[in-house]
Amino acid sequence: MSVYLDHQATSPMPQAVKEAYLEAMSIAGNPSALHRGGRAARALMEDARERIATMVGAHPVEVVFTSGGTEAINTALKGSVWAHQREHGAEAPTAIASTLAEHHATLDVITWLHEQEATAWSEIAVDDAGVMDLESLDQVLGERKITVVSSLLANNEVGSIQPVPEIVDISSAHGVPVHVDAVAALGYQRLNFRDMGVESMSLSAHKVGGPVGVGALVLSRYALDIQALHHGGNQQRSRSGTMDAAGAVAFAVALEVRAAVREEGEHRLVALRDRLRAGLLNVAPQCVARGSLDHRLPGNLHLTVPGCKGDVLLYLLDEHGIHASTGSACQAGIPEPSHVLLAMGVPTDEAWGAIRLTLSYSTTEAEIDRVISVFSDVVERGVRAGLSKRTKA
Amino acid sequence: MSGGVDSAVAAARAVDAGHDVVGVHLALSRAPGTLRTGSRGCCTIEDSMDARRVADMLEIPFYVWDFSERFAEDVVQDFIDEYREGRTPNPCMRCNQHIKFDAVMERGLALGFDAIATGHYAAVVEGPEGKELHRAATWAKDQSYVLGVLTTEQLEHCYFPLGSTPSKEEVRNEAAQRGFFVAQKPDSHDICFIPDGDTRGWLADRVGAEEGQVLDSSGEVVGSHQGAHAFTVGQRKGLQLGYPASDGKPRFVLEVRPTTNEVVVGPKEELALSELAGAAMSFAGPDPVRSGYAQAIAGNEFGCEEFECHVQVRAHSDPVPARAKVTDGEMVILLDAPLLGVSPGQSAVIYVGTRVVGQCTIDRTVSALAPAHA
Repeated sequence: MSVYLDHQATSPMPQAVKEAYLEAMSIAGNPSALHRGGRAARALMEDARERIATMVGAHPVEVVFTSGGTEAINTALKGSVWAHQREHGAEAPTAIASTLAEHHATLDVITWLHEQEATAWSEIAVDDAGVMDLESLDQVLGERKITVVSSLLANNEVGSIQPVPEIVDISSAHGVPVHVDAVAALGYQRLNFRDMGVESMSLSAHKVGGPVGVGALVLSRYALDIQALHHGGNQQRSRSGTMDAAGAVAFAVALEVRAAVREEGEHRLVALRDRLRAGLLNVAPQCVARGSLDHRLPGNLHLTVPGCKGDVLLYLLDEHGIHASTGSACQAGIPEPSHVLLAMGVPTDEAWGAIRLTLSYSTTEAEIDRVISVFSDVVERGVRAGLSKRTKA
Repeated sequence: MSGGVDSAVAAARAVDAGHDVVGVHLALSRAPGTLRTGSRGCCTIEDSMDARRVADMLEIPFYVWDFSERFAEDVVQDFIDEYREGRTPNPCMRCNQHIKFDAVMERGLALGFDAIATGHYAAVVEGPEGKELHRAATWAKDQSYVLGVLTTEQLEHCYFPLGSTPSKEEVRNEAAQRGFFVAQKPDSHDICFIPDGDTRGWLADRVGAEEGQVLDSSGEVVGSHQGAHAFTVGQRKGLQLGYPASDGKPRFVLEVRPTTNEVVVGPKEELALSELAGAAMSFAGPDPVRSGYAQAIAGNEFGCEEFECHVQVRAHSDPVPARAKVTDGEMVILLDAPLLGVSPGQSAVIYVGTRVVGQCTIDRTVSALAPAHA
């Protein structure tokens, strides 16, 4: 039996999404073309845009389809910096405020902007649960003029939900717009872009069972004039390139399917996750559950296993047919201790032992019990393998 | 799985043999290059992708294990320290000794694996006293020398699927038949952690390069140099002494003295050695006493009487006849005929026939010109 507990990496495509995707792909027509085929494709595209806008509480004009979450985040952050410079002159100082526990799609953009555009990076503190420290945010915003604040809506590794309403209140008081990376939260939380009051929000389709290579930047109609990263036609607001009508349709259907199961399945998902946590901590009490215990994504369980390396644990779980993740990225194929855990103040040797198990609404009790049944063997062997001697023979 | 053709075919053969195989690529640097350049290096991201691609084709799991810290300490720093001491180390042997067949094997065994399979050309043979390490079927590709550091215990868990392959060409053909893109990938040469191949420049940056004196064996100054570490015993080229020796014969490096930053030169015959010895030794498989090659010496912690063997001092040099013994905690190798240009730091690997018996790191040599055992 294969157990898939890596839904935060990518979530399998439901049958209804596959069917809608295939059907939409059978239409011959570029959505920008004026003929019948083009009009049919455009109709699908705009229908999908409206449906997605409805699902996330935005206006259709605010939904910009992208190639995924990474492009959406890049557009939002680079776009904000460049829009500011266009308005105030190329030499106008720019600054982005974020925690160090953001996804690499955010951290790497800020690093690049820092090197390329001399954009300042104002670091906001996080607590030991991976939640943004609001006092630190207020302090950072008081220190210098910030161009944009960027925050996850929920942390993709440790699952902690960020206090977005408070982040927006504090930032608004300083007159600073907010971008939220909602990639990990999409499909697990009800989102209302308008009520949130953020300027932009990044989304990805494949985390909710849509296709890889499809995402969206939800960009407030009142935002600065954010321009396309790649130029060539401006087929959409803030984006050039042929529009992917089938991808947009599949994304819309995936979101709707997910919303329907979420209505019924949320309590069950939380109960399964808690059953998994209790079961694993019961057989391996030395493990530490990370992230906020109260305000977290329903399908996310994150543990550190003392004395183990995360990639070794993954191998041992994989041997049992269990698909999991360390949650953190590899640098050049080399496993790294999670930057999120390090930002939370977890010591490096503990951070090495990270393991993220992400469930979704399709996860069953039998699957959870299977993971629990093999976990003590996995940890025992992982510890043995982790105790590699340090000195020369 | 380095990403090269040998480990790719070794993995494929292990899978074909019905084993439960997992591919492991070693990250030996924290800052690997993106692309392989020329035939140097083995540790770029491209190499790791090549290895992963083969593992995917074989439908086996694949992991990158990060041993960069241990590699930096036990191989790279050892290499620098040895040169600083005026010795000539073999970093590939240190890597086999401390990383591949120690750290990797340790983790592998702890995870429940029985053996580590590599693409080395060498053979493990079941002998009367347990497993023995032998030369590969092909003399030209034989890599038993760099495996000479394996211990009896490590040998129990070694598996070399390429050991019986008649030629490298055959391995490349097999890789091509299996559809591996790496079939024609060039062999890697040189030292993997010095990607541009400029060992002298690399060492100069780390050991420092100060001008020093070149002396002849009587102690007379015959020239100067730009850093003693750049010289190796037996070296002839690059001395730049400007004028010939009084006897008109070419001069060779006889000795490197790092503490005084001196290089000693002399005629070729002064390079001749009659004896090599080293205290850091190991035995691959049954020791010479248990193998019946030698008689035990009573009273020593471990010692043995002389036995006939061949000794090889470089990966690609010819083995020469000798007698070896272990006495007073030292392996002593008495050469039947003088051997030229061997430097402390090199490993002397002892063979009996095709079998690797053991090795020592040379830390003492005796000149063939000096009175024997003076």
